[in-house]
Amino acid sequence: MSAPASAGPRAPVGDAPVVAARGLGVRFGRAAALDGVSFEVRPGELFGVIGPDGAGKTTLFRVLVSLLVPDTGESRVLGLDPVGDLWALRARVGYMPGRFSLYPDLTVEENLRFFAAVFGTTPERGGALIAPVYGQIAAFRDRRAGALSGGMKQKLALSCALVHRPEVLFLDEPTTGVDAVSRREFWDLLGELRGAGLTTMVSTPYMDEAARCDRVALMQGGRLLEVDTPAAVAAGYPLPLIAVRVADPRARVRLLATLRAYPHAHRVVPFGATVHYTDARPGGDAAAIADALAAHLRAAGFAGATAAPTPASVEDRFMALMGPEGA
Amino acid sequence: MTPPAVEARALTRRFGAFTAVDAITFDVAPGEVFGFLGANGAGKTTAMRMLTGLLAPTSGGARVAGFDVARAADQVKRSIGYMSQRFSLYEDLTVRENVGLYGRVYGLRGREIADRLARLLDRLGFAHLAGERVGRLPLGWKQKLALSVALLHEPRVVFLDEPTGGVDPVTRRQFWELIYEAAAGGTTVFVTTHYMDEAEYCDRVSIMVDGRIAALGTPAELTARFDVASMDELFVRLARPGPGAA
Repeated sequence: MSAPASAGPRAPVGDAPVVAARGLGVRFGRAAALDGVSFEVRPGELFGVIGPDGAGKTTLFRVLVSLLVPDTGESRVLGLDPVGDLWALRARVGYMPGRFSLYPDLTVEENLRFFAAVFGTTPERGGALIAPVYGQIAAFRDRRAGALSGGMKQKLALSCALVHRPEVLFLDEPTTGVDAVSRREFWDLLGELRGAGLTTMVSTPYMDEAARCDRVALMQGGRLLEVDTPAAVAAGYPLPLIAVRVADPRARVRLLATLRAYPHAHRVVPFGATVHYTDARPGGDAAAIADALAAHLRAAGFAGATAAPTPASVEDRFMALMGPEGA
Repeated sequence: MTPPAVEARALTRRFGAFTAVDAITFDVAPGEVFGFLGANGAGKTTAMRMLTGLLAPTSGGARVAGFDVARAADQVKRSIGYMSQRFSLYEDLTVRENVGLYGRVYGLRGREIADRLARLLDRLGFAHLAGERVGRLPLGWKQKLALSVALLHEPRVVFLDEPTGGVDPVTRRQFWELIYEAAAGGTTVFVTTHYMDEAEYCDRVSIMVDGRIAALGTPAELTARFDVASMDELFVRLARPGPGAA
């Protein structure tokens, strides 16, 4: 990760967590949007909250940026209480909500100046931090924000969230609905901000984006299923995992059925170009299981079927942690 | 020979000086799962609107389910199903009411609607939810229901526009298994997605770049031809939009 030479954010001093949540709970009527959520984000971390729509990601972010008072539990951001110290806190956090929240009738530059003015500053004074982001859209400074592509809108929104040089950044689903190329570019930018020392909390429904984070929280149904590095999350997959391929992709429906009928099958799901087969025997020899499985498939008429042990991904682990609820 | 379910011939749409869709030509076979990929702004939505009879082509043309999209747009609309993440079902109506409403919109009789509702509830394991308001269902269930409703009138072609956005990984895969079932029954599935693993689930995919089709083939053919490990890698290589892409 390359760090820009110029001055970074006003970095918090010491090792105290930048974000700390203990037992956060929020109810909307009878539904629990957050249910006992506890975690910490350390200085300089790029921390991902990964989960589908309805997991509670937006509610969590709204609590942390002081827009929603939790029913139970408490949190600290930069040592401040989002409930009691909200005015002191708001000037020091950057927040990019999930919905496009810029003024479509203002130009790119007017939006940036407006958000700077709200915080009593100017884009020029935010320079070092926003430079790598704004630099990518500066050529369109006179274009109306409403006329930008999805990827460029996100970059403008990120510039506006950075313009007052926040000490911590909260990005709620910045890449949702954005194509795979623009998503990758956006994560490259977050990597640069991380290199500059900025602490960032970002949510996403795309499991593959977990790999770009220092640590991730997997979230479902208002609860955190797991908080760890992406590698440790994936490595926590509890059972032997085998990637199965067949020569003819059109045989996929029959392949899924055949694998599910296999005596030791625990979970069988399509996974990109392969099918992921999880064996029900904990600690089983994955290579031997794969060989037996391949032989079984060839005997069942799947010419050229191959099966090989494969490392689990964050998405595999997420499915395992979801349990029968999602199945 | 069965005629293609979708035939686009130099299909073009201009908005003023801007060419959103630039003479695209392709066929989709009956029962095929066809992935229609591209970056935001590449022209996918405009092309879909023409293929579903909602927008007239500037030049060229297309036939969907055997009907000309410009001259027989109404027959096209009756022969297709459509769903997206944004437009699917009426949240204030129950599951049963949504099925009844769409069934009547597509001209099904009361008896047919009742039969298909029963089959649909059974297939989805939703029997206990027939009287539940759709707005109270989890997103993933809604999307599976929406797909089933889009297939209710047994259309020859179903258009799915980012149907799995934001859906959890287990439900996303169940959704694709519903797609396979529909295709195995002869329905042509025309689908867009931002999940590149889903591109691998398609029989063939096309990748649009700046209004044209930059690549078209099976995932295996395309990854071999472009010497990449995955559709994700191919997409990143081809689909990087120009700096002026709007």
